[in-house]
Amino acid sequence: MNRLSKRVAANARTRSGTALEPVIEWIIRVCGFSAIFFVFAIFLFVFTSGADFILHRLDAGEFLLSTEWYPSSIANKRYGTLALFVGTVSVTALAMLIAVPFGLGAAVFISEFTSGKLKESLKIVVELLAAIPSVVWGFIGIAIMNPLIIILFGAPIGLNVLNGGIILGLMSVPIIVSIGEDALKAVPDSYREASLALGATRWQSTYKVLFPAARSGLLAAVLLGVGRAVGETIAVLMATGHAVQIPHSVLDSVRTLTATIAAELGETARGSDHYQALFAIGVLLFALTFVVNLTADLLVRGTRDE
Amino acid sequence: MSEQSAGLPFKTSAVTAANRSREHVLVAVLGMATALLILPLLAIIGLLVVKGFPALSLEFLFSAPAAGMTAGGIFPAIIGTLWLVGVSLLVAAPIGVLAGIYLNEYAGDTWVTRIIHLAIVNLAGVPSIVHALFGVGAFVLFLGLGTSILAASLTLAVMTLPVIIASTKEALASVPMPFRRACWVLGATRWQTIRYVVLPNSISGILTGVILQVSRAAGETAPIMFTGAAFYLPFLPQSVWDQCMALSMHLFTVSTQVPNVPEPIPYATALVLLGLVLGVNLASIIFRSYLRSHRKW
Repeated sequence: MNRLSKRVAANARTRSGTALEPVIEWIIRVCGFSAIFFVFAIFLFVFTSGADFILHRLDAGEFLLSTEWYPSSIANKRYGTLALFVGTVSVTALAMLIAVPFGLGAAVFISEFTSGKLKESLKIVVELLAAIPSVVWGFIGIAIMNPLIIILFGAPIGLNVLNGGIILGLMSVPIIVSIGEDALKAVPDSYREASLALGATRWQSTYKVLFPAARSGLLAAVLLGVGRAVGETIAVLMATGHAVQIPHSVLDSVRTLTATIAAELGETARGSDHYQALFAIGVLLFALTFVVNLTADLLVRGTRDE
Repeated sequence: MSEQSAGLPFKTSAVTAANRSREHVLVAVLGMATALLILPLLAIIGLLVVKGFPALSLEFLFSAPAAGMTAGGIFPAIIGTLWLVGVSLLVAAPIGVLAGIYLNEYAGDTWVTRIIHLAIVNLAGVPSIVHALFGVGAFVLFLGLGTSILAASLTLAVMTLPVIIASTKEALASVPMPFRRACWVLGATRWQTIRYVVLPNSISGILTGVILQVSRAAGETAPIMFTGAAFYLPFLPQSVWDQCMALSMHLFTVSTQVPNVPEPIPYATALVLLGLVLGVNLASIIFRSYLRSHRKW
């Protein structure tokens, strides 16, 4: 908005503004800040619900570095989350191994090699894929992937890293495709034209010109996929099994940070150390996804500013 | 030739037969990658339809679970999902739309706006189970709502707020600036301009975002698990203070918590949930493309 229109708006306000207008504008302003309020509130409530334990009885070294998660042992309670963290990392890594090549490949294909109706339809399919509820993915993990993995790999139990990784990979693909497609779309057409005019093939311009130009946007797409995979709860709870352990192969059963909260919160006494330890995991998860999302956002903003 | 191309990132003799055939291979590979993404969507829908459809009947949709969830239907779960989605919509829609109005019509390009934007991105990225912990801490315990439809719906509302804010902002941004200027020049105030010019021209776009929120809220499980959704209830909810069953929660229960459930029951439940979510989503997509093709400017 330029200065002139601002002055016009200011003029108009004094002449015909209703008495109610300041109230309405005040409500709009408050709602505008709601997102900040809720992010703070989430951190505050999750932290304070576990604060007594986190501040007084939690051994940070044990919490982060020990693999012993025995919250309900009577003689020797242990609250080490390393095995859970490794569970999350292993499932996420496998998911990205699947989602990144497929996601970026599809993003390039949709952005550079399709047009018109085909492009629109493919984007709708990606949108619908993103809309499938996680509990449905989890059910697919149990009912379809599980028997399939037992048949193909002879795994003793089908609920394992492989199952969870494939399901999470499929769940993360849509976000990678749509953010990646946005990043490629943001590259000016003059780059493509210049490259093609110099005699490059489309593959060469994609690989040597578009990828470097859209680098940070593509990285942001991958990071948001990671964020989605780390935070996913119900699908991994259903598909990865329940063993709290460091996995030695993709056919081992694991438990992730998110799944641990979901599986144990209902069974703990309110206010107990175990209950508060679950909120401590919540704080850890909040911090993890906060960093991932912040980095992704800075990367996206960086491309836009260029 | 090659000594002249020293400064270029590729050889100048690029469009050769070899390169062209390499390009065909590339397009084929990328196309395959894309096709392989569509495949699971079709396979999943196909399988759920094949295995779940035979169990789907009016009786299944309109009767309560029986015999410890191993028989009967999903009626209370459908009603519960409608309650949760409805109440969360009542909370999230006004806040989200007003926040979108603030961001597009009032906020300047300042660091405060940047922080709001960052907060929205992070709110959208907070894991669903952390939203559940927040719901337990804030709504169930601190506000004393107990495990109830109200507590679960508020949790869902906070979680789905970014969807409504983002799409409202986009809908408002598509209203051309001259519309506003014309209105201001006529002496209207900022709010009058929004109320009589901007909103009427963007209301359908805003509705699209609201519809998306519905589909998102209907599919969530983790945020409602500990805040208001129950495994099984022998009665239908009468008010927002009651607990309720929910389709997503019911699918989780019959596929993991209860032994010896006959196979068709979880498949049919998954089919109903997926049908609901994808149906609502598709409606929003069709509505949006209809709007784009009928825009007057």
